[in-house]
Amino acid sequence: MSFIDRMIGRKKSAGSAKERLQLVLIHDRTDLTPAELEALKDDLIEAISRHVDIDSAAVRISVAQDGRSQRLVADIPLRSASRRRSR
Amino acid sequence: MTATVLTITSGKGGVGKTTAVANIGVALASTGQKVVCVDSDIGLRNLDVVMGLENRIVYDLVDVVEGRCRLRQAMIHDKRVPELYLIPAAQTRDKSAVSPSDMVRLCNELRPECDWVLIDSPAGIERGFYNAIAGADKIIVMTNPEISAVRDADRVIGIVEAEEKGSPVLIINRLNSAMVKRGDMISVDDVLDLLAIKLLGIVPEDENVIVASNKGTPLALDGKTKAGQAFQNIARRLMGEEVPFLDLESQGLWQRLLGRK
Repeated sequence: MSFIDRMIGRKKSAGSAKERLQLVLIHDRTDLTPAELEALKDDLIEAISRHVDIDSAAVRISVAQDGRSQRLVADIPLRSASRRRSR
Repeated sequence: MTATVLTITSGKGGVGKTTAVANIGVALASTGQKVVCVDSDIGLRNLDVVMGLENRIVYDLVDVVEGRCRLRQAMIHDKRVPELYLIPAAQTRDKSAVSPSDMVRLCNELRPECDWVLIDSPAGIERGFYNAIAGADKIIVMTNPEISAVRDADRVIGIVEAEEKGSPVLIINRLNSAMVKRGDMISVDDVLDLLAIKLLGIVPEDENVIVASNKGTPLALDGKTKAGQAFQNIARRLMGEEVPFLDLESQGLWQRLLGRK
C-alpha cells in the first residue's frame, strides 16, 4: 500500500480479504445463501407476528461464528404493549 | 516403537505440503527419531525429487499395497540423517490403485517400525485425499495467507472433523511479514480467527525453499535459513516441546513493542 493510498484512505487489501472470507466461509459451512437467509427471515416474522407484535422492519437475522460452529442469531424487537394500546 | 502417523493436507495445491513433509521429516530425523515419509500422491509423485532421492527408487507404494515387495524393500534410506526413509508414490498409476483400507493397513504395519510416519497428501478432496487421511492419528492442514488457500483449508478442516479424525492443527506457509505490515497480506491472527484451529507453525516466505528443492537438499538439514528454522521449530513442537512463535514470523517486532497492530 503506497503513501498516496494511505493519504486518500484507500482500503488495505488484507482487510477486504478477511471480510470477504468471513462471508464466504459462513456460506461454505452452512450451505445457506443470502437469499435463503432472507426467506427464512420472512417466515420467522410471519410466524412470530401471529403471537406477538413485532417491529418487522427492524428484524435482523445473521450467522455468527463461534469457534468452528455457526450460530443463527435473530434480533427481533417487540413493540411495547402500551404503544399498542395508544395506537 | 509406536509411531504417530501425521498427514499433511491442504485442499488447494501448491501451498507447500511436499516441502513441509520433506523438511519436518528431516528435522525430526536429525534429532535421532526414526521417520518414514510416504508420498500418497499417486500419479503425481514429487516428494522423491524434493528430498533428492529420485534416483534410488526401485519399489513404490503401489508395489507394497499389491504385494510385489516387502515394506522394507520400498523404504529408501536418506543417508544424510540417521533414520529417515521415503516410500515413494507410483508414477504410472492413479489414485484408485490404493484404497483407504490399504492405507490403514500400511500405517499399522509401519507403526511398530518407527517413531513418525509423515504422509504427503495430494491436493483436492477426492479419493487420494481420503486415502491420505485414512490411517492418520493427527492431521496437519497447511495454508498460505491468501484467500483461496484459506477457503480450501476451511473446507478440508470441515471434512476432517466430519470424518472424526479430531481437530487438525494448522501450518501457515509463505508468510511475508513486510506485506502483512503494510496491510496487503492476511495476518496470522486473521487466519486463526477465520479457521479457529490450533496453530502448529508459521513458515516465512523464503527464496531458499526453491533453491533447496532445486538441489534436492531440504532446508531443515541446516537451520541457517528462516524457513529451515521454522520447520525445525515445528518438529520440536511435534515432539512436545514448547517453542514460542517468533515475533518475526507473525508481525514486526517494533510494531509489537509499540503496541501497534
